[in-house]
Amino acid sequence: MSTDASTVDAGKAVDEIIRPRGRRGIRPTRGYRVFQVVNAIILTGVVIVTLYPFINILARSLSDEAYIIAGKVSLVPRGFNVDTYKLLMSDSLFWTNYRNTVVYTVVATIIAIVMTTCYAYVLSKRHLKGRGALVGIAVFTMFFSGGLIPNYVLITSLGMKNTIWAIVLPNAISVFNLLVMKAFFESLPVELEEAAAVDGLNTYGILLRIVIPLSKAVIATMVLFYAVSFWNSWFSAFLYMDKQDLLPVTVYLRNLIAGATGAENVGAIAEADEVQAEATLKAVTIVLTTLPILLVYPFVQRYFVSGVMLGAVKG
Amino acid sequence: MSAPSTADQAPRTRSPDRPEPGSTGRSRSRTARRGWRQAFRRDWQLYSLAILPLLFFLIFRYLPMIGNVIAFRRFQPGGNVLGEYWVGLRYVKMFLSDPTFWNVFTNTAVLGGLTLLVCFPLPIVLALLLNEVRARRLKRFVQSVSYLPHFLSIVIVAAMVMQLLSIDGTVNQLVRAAGGDAVPFLQQPEWFRTVYVSSELWQTLGWGTILYLAALTTIDENLYEAARIDGANRWRQTWHVTLPGIRPTMVTLLILNIGTFMAVGFEKVLLLYNPLTYPTADVISTYLFRMGFQSSNFSYAAAIGLFEAVIGLTLVLSANAISRRTVGTSLW
Repeated sequence: MSTDASTVDAGKAVDEIIRPRGRRGIRPTRGYRVFQVVNAIILTGVVIVTLYPFINILARSLSDEAYIIAGKVSLVPRGFNVDTYKLLMSDSLFWTNYRNTVVYTVVATIIAIVMTTCYAYVLSKRHLKGRGALVGIAVFTMFFSGGLIPNYVLITSLGMKNTIWAIVLPNAISVFNLLVMKAFFESLPVELEEAAAVDGLNTYGILLRIVIPLSKAVIATMVLFYAVSFWNSWFSAFLYMDKQDLLPVTVYLRNLIAGATGAENVGAIAEADEVQAEATLKAVTIVLTTLPILLVYPFVQRYFVSGVMLGAVKG
Repeated sequence: MSAPSTADQAPRTRSPDRPEPGSTGRSRSRTARRGWRQAFRRDWQLYSLAILPLLFFLIFRYLPMIGNVIAFRRFQPGGNVLGEYWVGLRYVKMFLSDPTFWNVFTNTAVLGGLTLLVCFPLPIVLALLLNEVRARRLKRFVQSVSYLPHFLSIVIVAAMVMQLLSIDGTVNQLVRAAGGDAVPFLQQPEWFRTVYVSSELWQTLGWGTILYLAALTTIDENLYEAARIDGANRWRQTWHVTLPGIRPTMVTLLILNIGTFMAVGFEKVLLLYNPLTYPTADVISTYLFRMGFQSSNFSYAAAIGLFEAVIGLTLVLSANAISRRTVGTSLW
């Protein structure tokens, strides 16, 4: 475009206007430079506000209780010590609950992935009779749900209280994830599956040997989505688990902040050092519960982002 | 996106015995029946993959919907799952004349409204600001950081809020540094809405920008060029090109937000509130929770829940219909 314009004399003026300098053309005006500075300041502010709570909690977890109570801990730990970490690590209930979280997350994620993949694959077949109804059945549940009480009655009467199934099964398919996967499957080239069919593979074979290997990226994204949501979940366990040693670590933390953890639970800790335990203990528990997510976050973040965008393409 | 014609030739189709779409026979029901039988014979393996997921939806999503009949029946814990006998609209009348219900209804509307007002537009603003950043690295860094809170458990967010707002927390350090007295934020009803909405914003702001940023990349560069030739400055370009460009995304997300309007962060309120802050913090779902599980009044709670769900559904449907008529964008 610019070559055409530069040949003509009058075109130079046009060229001056539209020549892309930066992404959006025109020499930056003074007002725009001011804007850039203001923008940088605002964004820095957003970063600081977002990160501050994390750093603050970390600082608290490593500080001496006395400094916290005096309100002197902000970004840097005061009276550095890791005693509370040691205390919490020695609490067997914390570890039991931590292990529960891991187990629940793994089992739930596996079930969720299998169910979601199967259904999304079926939904992605445009020629399938009754496909519209199958989609509708899933999508309707996004806008209308049975509600807390009927769900509770159902889970209880199915005898799933105090079992892993109360956490795993009722959340086995997220409709949002389902639609993302469906959109992805629909974008796969049909010819590949046709060729496989001609070569004598049946539907199961096509799904297992052709479609799934081609969908590693989206399946990985879904694993992450599900794993994080199960790792973070607390309410179903809170509702359906009566026994302390069945709880996930999120409920352990909840009980800690709600002050509901009785003496028998933090007993070991409280005896060890009652004063030290209170405020830092919460910070340490937050840090240890968040740690796995914070550790994998930098590596998996872009998959999440692409996953969400994948869902957006469909709209 | 493949055209429908190619999709018709998906694998497992044996074209010869497929009914041609145009040639519906004289008796439509008969063709339909034969169509189904053929579809099953051809695609039974596909249908078989849908069985478990369908069971899931049936048991864990649709059965509870039916379970809502206990809102119209007398339910006793341990008794019949669907209740003992019909009581008609007794529980509905009960909450309609329950002053606490109207209090929590107002709280729900106010919290939902404030959240919508704050947490819907600000991600758009942030996305526009991020879009103006030239330095790729900086942009990515800001994005990565702002997404982070989205990945935290609500329990952790609530715990962080409590730590930051505690008497010895950062916010009160600032208050004291400014010469004020420490405020027990979580014990005062007048603070709850601020606390709730700002924590919600903290957690959702960055994540909310993703879809807008994606939409921004799809806007045609030529439109900007045309606008510049017409003499539009940057602000005008934003107003006349960028914003209309992301309008479909905005409308879609607005409809979805309106749909969850009544279901304001149940879990977060449950974790953050306490009897002292009930006057502003108690929402329909938390009231329902207490009615159901602390007072064991299941039928009453179910009636409230059903009411809430119906409002939610109505809101989505009407928002969708309105936007289809006015802006031409809709969810379905």
